[in-house]
Amino acid sequence: MPESARPIAAVADPAEGAIVKLAILAVGGQGGGVLADWITDVAERNGYVAQSTSVAGVAQRTGATIYYIEMCRDSGRRPVFALSPSQGDVDILIAAELMEAGRAVMRGFVTPDRTTLIASSHRISAVSEKIEPGDGRASSAKVMEAARVASKRFIAFDMEKIAIEAGSVISASLLGALAGCDVLPFDPQSYEDAIAGGGRGVKPSLAAYAAAFAKARGDRPPSSAGSGAGPTNEGATHLTPSEAPAKAPSSSTPAAPAGPRVQLAGWDDLSARIDRLPEPVRAMASLGLRKVVDYQDLAYGGEYIDRLERALAVDDQGRGFRFSNAAAKHLANAMCYDDLIRVADLKTRSNRVARVRREVGASNETVLHVTEYFHPRIEEFCGTMPVSVGRYIEDRPRLAAFLDKRINRGRHVRTDSMSGFAMLWAIGGLRRWRRKLLRHQVETEHLERWYGLALDRAATDYALGVEILECRRLIKGYSDTHARGESKFNRVLAGLNLLAGRDDAAEWIRRLREVALKDEKGEMLDGALKTVASLDGDATQH
Amino acid sequence: MAERSFAEEVKKLRLGAGDTFTGEGILAITKALLECGVGYVGGYQGAPISHLMDVLADSQEILAELGVHFEASASEATATAMLAASVHYPIRGAATFKSTVGTNVASDALANLASGGVTGGALIIVGEDYGEGSSIMQERSHAFAMKSQVWLLDPRPNLPSIVKAVEDGFELSEASNTPVMLLVRIRCCHVHGSFATRDNQRPSLTVAEALSAPRRDTARIVLPPASFLHEKEKVEKRWPAAVEFIRSRKINEVFGPENGQVGIVMQGGMYNGVIRALQRMGLSDDYGETKVPLYVLNAAYPLIDDEFLSFCEGKDAVLVVEEGQPNYIEQAFAAILHKAGRDTRVVGKEHLPMAGEYTGQVMLDGIGAFLAANAAHLLPAKIRAPNTTGNGIEIADLAKVVPGRPPGFCIGCPERPIFAATKLVEQELGRHHVASDIGCHLFSIMPPFELGATTMGYGLGPASASAFNSAEATRRSISFVGDGGFWHNGLTSSIGNAVFNRNDGVIVVVDNYYSAATGGQDILSSRAANRSKSTKHPIAEAVKGMGVKWVRHLDNTYDVGLMRATLKEALTTAEKGPKVIVASSECMLNRQRRERPVLDQAIKAGERVVRPKFGVDEDVCTGDHACMRLSGCPSLTVKSLDDPLRDDPVAFIDQNCVGCGNCGEVADAAILCPSFYRTDTLHNPRPWDRFVDHLRRRAIGFLQRRRESRRLTFHNA
Repeated sequence: MPESARPIAAVADPAEGAIVKLAILAVGGQGGGVLADWITDVAERNGYVAQSTSVAGVAQRTGATIYYIEMCRDSGRRPVFALSPSQGDVDILIAAELMEAGRAVMRGFVTPDRTTLIASSHRISAVSEKIEPGDGRASSAKVMEAARVASKRFIAFDMEKIAIEAGSVISASLLGALAGCDVLPFDPQSYEDAIAGGGRGVKPSLAAYAAAFAKARGDRPPSSAGSGAGPTNEGATHLTPSEAPAKAPSSSTPAAPAGPRVQLAGWDDLSARIDRLPEPVRAMASLGLRKVVDYQDLAYGGEYIDRLERALAVDDQGRGFRFSNAAAKHLANAMCYDDLIRVADLKTRSNRVARVRREVGASNETVLHVTEYFHPRIEEFCGTMPVSVGRYIEDRPRLAAFLDKRINRGRHVRTDSMSGFAMLWAIGGLRRWRRKLLRHQVETEHLERWYGLALDRAATDYALGVEILECRRLIKGYSDTHARGESKFNRVLAGLNLLAGRDDAAEWIRRLREVALKDEKGEMLDGALKTVASLDGDATQH
Repeated sequence: MAERSFAEEVKKLRLGAGDTFTGEGILAITKALLECGVGYVGGYQGAPISHLMDVLADSQEILAELGVHFEASASEATATAMLAASVHYPIRGAATFKSTVGTNVASDALANLASGGVTGGALIIVGEDYGEGSSIMQERSHAFAMKSQVWLLDPRPNLPSIVKAVEDGFELSEASNTPVMLLVRIRCCHVHGSFATRDNQRPSLTVAEALSAPRRDTARIVLPPASFLHEKEKVEKRWPAAVEFIRSRKINEVFGPENGQVGIVMQGGMYNGVIRALQRMGLSDDYGETKVPLYVLNAAYPLIDDEFLSFCEGKDAVLVVEEGQPNYIEQAFAAILHKAGRDTRVVGKEHLPMAGEYTGQVMLDGIGAFLAANAAHLLPAKIRAPNTTGNGIEIADLAKVVPGRPPGFCIGCPERPIFAATKLVEQELGRHHVASDIGCHLFSIMPPFELGATTMGYGLGPASASAFNSAEATRRSISFVGDGGFWHNGLTSSIGNAVFNRNDGVIVVVDNYYSAATGGQDILSSRAANRSKSTKHPIAEAVKGMGVKWVRHLDNTYDVGLMRATLKEALTTAEKGPKVIVASSECMLNRQRRERPVLDQAIKAGERVVRPKFGVDEDVCTGDHACMRLSGCPSLTVKSLDDPLRDDPVAFIDQNCVGCGNCGEVADAAILCPSFYRTDTLHNPRPWDRFVDHLRRRAIGFLQRRRESRRLTFHNA
């Protein structure tokens, strides 16, 4: 159909008293139907005839879904309403989630000549965003920007938060935003009447409605009416780390720790060493120091700084201390490997108990039972044994298997109970002997190999050194997950031999690391490695 | 017990003359049935007609008063076969289902019904699940009407029109002794509008009265020689009668100017879309006063030749707006004009797409193109010669940014752990051929599970794996079927077939206590007591009754470990023949709807209530998201930490968590990580609870203070 290759744009801009077209894009389960009913009700209360349509059924379970409403002043004659929204023919678009707002823009339901876009700026991550081993989240900033450009007016704020705070659901705060931005010629009271008429959960709904109403009012700069941009400060709060300018630690020194006087003195000495480091490295280094001391002890913090100083030796101001900063960050993570002791320690701290209660919203009086899910295997067991014992068992597969049969089992531990807590508390206490345990030896060797490699390469190829340090990001998780991460780490560094002598080696390692974070098994990584292998060894060009 | 409560809607069924019904299209049809004195109604639930079934199921009193028999049929074939009651008796009957899937299942009964013909009005209400939001293959019901020669009504999508169509449908059926299909599309079923009601009518003859005065007529039964006579009767008697009825009763409508050089013909269901396109081109006002002549086919089959020919009188070209393919109507009209020797041109799919929904933009483009080519003078200058496309403003392409959001398992869905277990088994035993079925469980084909190679129809999951049964095979096939599909026809077509053919595969029956995907209707194996239906018939018993020897019944799908072990056993046991696992746990959507109010009440009443919820220790989680690759639960999501030392977002469980247990079970079974924890909040604890809690907290507090006084603590670290 060549004729329709170029979509036809409608002529008449909607005249006064014409049909008002309102579409709601939501995620199944958000209560878009309730919102549609309320809006229809409000319209009818204001002497309008209204028609709403939707697509119910399994098609909307947790998926993107559309509700559509058309309304016009009741003239006694029945207008002919359409049953679904058309591109470039929507006056008001309500998006109950930010990416749904993006979808609306993509589908052409938001146009600068007429569409008021009301969107909740919160995110409900789609499955595809969550299953990446790295950070697979979509860019909220890009969507905010596009929405701002595409709409006549753009009202965006976190309406989910408002709803939760009011103990209600987002449909109520969305209705409040609609009333608040005053794009429909309806009496605000009629919105509240509609909610009251609904009957269920009226009080919290009205609270959420009122809060969003006020915010929509306030968030509307006087100029914005018709002129385009709504509030413009929303995007910032929704940057995902990947796009945010790499999270720079605030240089303001964080609060000093509490503890016995002797240790505090030791801490001050370490802090003094940090203060003697070049300014650009200090912030990250002091965070790193806190982490390792919190993880083990002051001596461990000393080792951390010793290691870090080896990085500074090959670094200088000219390069902005990128290498040392990366070292400060990843040394800390590498030294704080996740072992049984670490987990037990974290789960038995007083501030953890407090956090759990905060997350459940339990008052201090509330009786709360907490169950932890552990599944130790022989590997973890050996790791928590003295080097000699651990190795002895590992070297005897039949003995290991025998023990594994008794250990390898899911264990549900009640940390609110005396026995359960005491057990974890005791394991956490093994911290004192950690340095003598097998896992520590393994991790330390691994760290030294990696760090040594980075230092060695940095001498000849600074950028490559930095990238090697960054590869530490690949190692995370426990048991199989940890093994998978380590194998990716090894595969990426194996790329080094293929890249020997290339002056774009650093760039390649970065790419390899990024694809390694894309899928679970690292199939994309293997593909990329093949590409690297196929590169011509000639490094002089570039 | 359906997903929604229809108490309000039920009241609306009592409205009488002079009242106004306001509500959904499909409920307007329900009311219209009673106004037409229907004697019995049957059907099979499924969007978009589920609500018709749900409301009638909740309206036992009204139906009893009127002497109307209502049945939640076992399948669409059952519902259509039920219309046999109108073959010999002057009773009006209606059957309803989702189409074309339902019509596919029903077509055996439909063909037999259509052959013998009917005495009482027989109406088949099909919810055409086509276009955006559809969950099935994209086909047309039109073909079924043509092949069985039953008449097809496709009314304009507004309540008064579809209500009138119900009335017309019964009369047309009786006037032509032919069943009539009433086609309503998804959005028309869910459209919110109003119409003036009439009093409900008691059927002229009730099924009870018919039973006490049985009738038979061999000439109506499909067996030679009668069957040959039926075919003749269809074309010699019933067809002309139908055409006469449609013509004389002006079922089809003509709008706009008497004469014009072009016109538009459309299925009734397309009317609003056509008008909107004309409105946007300035060729119609808001009320449908159009400048272009329109011929609206509220009866899409049969077509009325002379009606169409007189519409074409004096026109150069006529556009046929016919959604879907093949374009039967367009072809028929072309033939009519050709045979009549007219030179009016019929166009349609040249300007409108052959396949796909006729959305607003498609209509605007297609009708605009048609007018530009045949009556450009009608078009405003701006459309004839658009000087700009768009408005110059560059809008970033979000296609690469905005993630797709296909439907998936709900929060706490009991089917999620079944597929998590399956994924774990495959990690251990390698990949298997997995056959899927129709129902929520089909979401297993999506990330993160990506399990399932085919879906061949309702209850046909295991049947679709029946070829994979070989003596040389070293791996067994795994097939899934839901409880809905199981009772629909899976018991015979899948289980029975597997037993008879000695299939060695593994069959998992996903039992969530309801026909969940269609809105939570009760079925034979539902656990709830149902006032008008017989429930609580165990699937496992039925399977054994079919002759399956290896049957395992798991009554808690959230036990991922057991689920995995059972699947593994089924895949590896030496036992021959089908291995059937019945995995049962209640649909969480319905369970929450049932339990929430009760629990809230109990808490108010001061009873001891335990509320579970899951959480993740953000400092233990390392941000690998392995847990999400085995879950995909909406409430298990990611969040960034305000820690420059950490690169990747960590797992986080939001306030919507219902504490189903999947997270903990999966973390355990897959040996993921120790960052998950479950909290049980005790509402209205008993004194003993408080006492124990007090002791524990004192002891724990002591140990914590002891350690924290001997080390450095970084409270904001």
